[in-house]
Amino acid sequence: MSRSARIRLFWAAAVVFAVVYGFACTGLPHFGTAVHPYATRAVAASLRQRTANVVSSVNFDQRALDTLGEESILFASVLGTIVLLRHARDERVGRPRAGRVLPSTRLLGLVMVPLTLLTGVYIVAHGQLSPGGGFQGGVILATGLHMAYVAADYRVLKRIRPLAVLDASDAFGAGAFAALGLAGLIAGGAYLQNVLPLGTFGQLSSGGLVPLLNAAVGVEVGSGVIVLLASFLDQAVEVRPAQNPGSGGGT
Amino acid sequence: MVRTADLLPLAVAVPLLGAVALVVVGRWLPRPAIDALVTVWAVLEAGCLAWLWLRTGDGHSVSWLGGWSPVRGESVGIVLVGDRIGVGLALLTAALVLAVVVYSWRYFDEPPVAHAGTFPALLLLFEAGMVGFALTGDLFDAFVFFELMGAVAYALTGYRIEDPRPVQGALVFGVVNSLGAYCSLLGIGLVYARTGELGFAQIGVQLARHRADTLLSVAFVLVITGLLVKAAVVPLHFWLPDAHSVAPTPVCMLFSGVMVELAVYGVARVYWVVFSGPHGIAQPHLRAVLVAAGVLTALVGAVMCWQQRHLKRLLAFSTIGHVGLFLTGAALLTSASTAGTALYVAAHAGVKAALFATTGVLLDRHGSVDEHGLYRRGRDLPLVGALFALGGLGLAGLPPFGTALGKAVTEHAGEEQFPWLPAVFVFVSALTGGAVLRAAARIFAGAGPRPRERYAGPETTGSGEEPEIRDPQRRIPTPMLAVPTVLLAASLALGLLPGPGVALARAARQFTDRTAYTAAVLGHPATPASPMPDVGWSAEGVLLALASTALAVLFAAAAVWGPALRSPLAGRAAALCEGVGRRVVVPLRRLHSGHLGDYVAWLAVGVAVLLVAMSV
Amino acid sequence: MTILPFLTAGWIFLAGVYGMVTSRDIVHAVGCLAVAQSSTYVLLLTVGYRRGGIAPYFTDTPLRTRTVDPVVQALALTDVVVGATVTALLLALAIQIRKRHGTVDPDALTGLKG
Repeated sequence: MSRSARIRLFWAAAVVFAVVYGFACTGLPHFGTAVHPYATRAVAASLRQRTANVVSSVNFDQRALDTLGEESILFASVLGTIVLLRHARDERVGRPRAGRVLPSTRLLGLVMVPLTLLTGVYIVAHGQLSPGGGFQGGVILATGLHMAYVAADYRVLKRIRPLAVLDASDAFGAGAFAALGLAGLIAGGAYLQNVLPLGTFGQLSSGGLVPLLNAAVGVEVGSGVIVLLASFLDQAVEVRPAQNPGSGGGT
Repeated sequence: MVRTADLLPLAVAVPLLGAVALVVVGRWLPRPAIDALVTVWAVLEAGCLAWLWLRTGDGHSVSWLGGWSPVRGESVGIVLVGDRIGVGLALLTAALVLAVVVYSWRYFDEPPVAHAGTFPALLLLFEAGMVGFALTGDLFDAFVFFELMGAVAYALTGYRIEDPRPVQGALVFGVVNSLGAYCSLLGIGLVYARTGELGFAQIGVQLARHRADTLLSVAFVLVITGLLVKAAVVPLHFWLPDAHSVAPTPVCMLFSGVMVELAVYGVARVYWVVFSGPHGIAQPHLRAVLVAAGVLTALVGAVMCWQQRHLKRLLAFSTIGHVGLFLTGAALLTSASTAGTALYVAAHAGVKAALFATTGVLLDRHGSVDEHGLYRRGRDLPLVGALFALGGLGLAGLPPFGTALGKAVTEHAGEEQFPWLPAVFVFVSALTGGAVLRAAARIFAGAGPRPRERYAGPETTGSGEEPEIRDPQRRIPTPMLAVPTVLLAASLALGLLPGPGVALARAARQFTDRTAYTAAVLGHPATPASPMPDVGWSAEGVLLALASTALAVLFAAAAVWGPALRSPLAGRAAALCEGVGRRVVVPLRRLHSGHLGDYVAWLAVGVAVLLVAMSV
Repeated sequence: MTILPFLTAGWIFLAGVYGMVTSRDIVHAVGCLAVAQSSTYVLLLTVGYRRGGIAPYFTDTPLRTRTVDPVVQALALTDVVVGATVTALLLALAIQIRKRHGTVDPDALTGLKG
């Protein structure tokens, strides 16, 4: 199909979509309506479970299976990226070159790396209380480590990034979530049931299973994202192209 | 003692834990130990689901995750629901994963260095996604498992990164399917805005309190868009042949055997539980639209299948053809058609997986899946040839294959409203089966003259494939022959044994009963009241099945020996075929351009057409 | 105009699809897919808005305060993770396409057709 034909086809479809979708929106409840039955129940359930952060309560207690699925997607994507960005048989691997970094940048990195990692841990640990949680904190942990790349060079990053361990801890985090769910079954309840003592509302130890699941997700996301980025950085920094790229195309 | 309800979440958790175990211990274990571990895990999962199937019986198994059972009909949790159709599909998935795991015992000699165990781990994650999707009773949760299924599938499709085609096919697959899934999510957002609920049953209850309007139809269309993309319904199907022709053979067995069919199941489930209530989507309207889509898909798939010489692409298009028939069967919206379709899906899974498995042997031996290039080269593989031809006959619907029984029951169910429907079923199964028989005759028997290489239109040949195993000198591994044999035998058993038919008849009655599902979820089970459909052989069904088989053999013979005939009649027939081909088939083939932008534009068109068809 | 926020979601979606249809670069197309996906965040969060509601956290607010819908926020969070990971996979494929085909222009990828 030619480019102009394709675009015309799209516009025809887009106009229809816009008209019908717009018309459908007139049937929606008013923007900002007070009627949210599920939300009302979720807030009440969250308070009963002594979890101050309702979103965390929904994600890790009331609808924990969604999060289990989501973490499995992350786990699968990390595995998939490792597979897709593995070294092909015809590729050579070079040594990364040392980078030149200003001393002030290096100093800033030296201060910021531990600070960022600490922030990450804080956000994971307070997931049941304040905005944040395992995923957000995990991403901060992973990116914090990469400040070493910005502030020093790739060789430093490689030294402080034990990929074999992180691989295993990524799997461990994903497995811990699925396994923690079994606690409910063992205690005679349902899978992923919040069977731990709920603690005091507003305290770090509140929420029962929620902080533990948050920690599992934090470990998984933190290590998973590092492994994921490692695959990409590896391609950018270390892998030299094959001798004759672009051999494919026609059949 | 494990409660029946607890088997539902376990069926999701077991493969997830298996994947974790494989990744963690995989790097220290030798290859045979990894294969043994994943086989044990696949058996465990199949056993878990078989047990669930037995214990659920004709009722519903309901598990509220996290113990959030409904209070006064309201809950904040997610529910997993097992009924015969859902658990049956999960069981089919598990059986097929087990077959694939055994088939690939000697497969992929080079997994990523230092990451041994990744391929089987991805298979188990794929299984978790499919089983979760089959068992969930929550709309958003279904989206999550759907995406899990998708993400793993994209990675598996692009597994052979040394070859340029897999990475392209995987990207197209990923982009088009993700876009479809986001359409579904938009639909879920609209449904949530109206009802404030996410469970299938709860949404259904709330929707029954509103009158039907444009919002309802738009939400329905958007929700099923992602599923229709995955089910490869024309014109949302373009990704499928590209992905199936490049994915590793064991992965194709899962894609064609069960992943695509799961999407049809999703459409039917969402319709029956969520949108079929009072003030819901009107049955006659939906039936007309989806039967039209199904028939179009079946015809396009069959015609394109006949045109292929790349064997995996040929099988991929035959999947499109059959999925069109499945969608038609499900869209007839009766319990008899549902029962027939369920049987058809199960039997087709065995046949199609066996066909891919034997194609894998050819790829292993000869490094090619090109029908023309392999001409006469398969004569040293008589057993493989027999299995391949038997698969072709199964696809065409030779009695007593389960495919023939399922087809017959579905045809019979649709005859009353659409008298021409059996003709479509016969034509599509004959053409797809005939294409396989044609390839079998040329490759394994060396029949007919050498195929001519004169086609000038767009084509994917299938020569010069990277062999998936790097040791062509060794004997064919036993599992690579045993697995297709067992799969074909299972497909035969589905047609011969009366047990599965009766079970699926009950299953279909239960599946099409919205009140029974809702009642079971909300904690007061009820038995379905509608009459049981009749699932068994009939004289008419056997005749139609024999007709489609004979037609398939005729098609194959005409293609193989036709060019050698010198009579004027044959000349005129060939000229007629050529004329039709130039006007209809070549433009159709040109639409399958492999271009990402084209496919996305077609997706937009498909959604627009559905929106108009369902809103008027 | 109380439906304007909902229409925004549709607009963003169409913009993303337009980008994918006209794209001359796979990486750009994957970016446009992310744009199309962000329409789902917008729709979910708009649906969950409650006039005068605060963020659904009770760390230092009285328990009876009216909040916006926490469920859609949880869904959006899940959705973000799904989107991010799928994007990573697709970009990994884009890297391999560049290596194997020597181009990232969809017009030049002609390995699969017919």
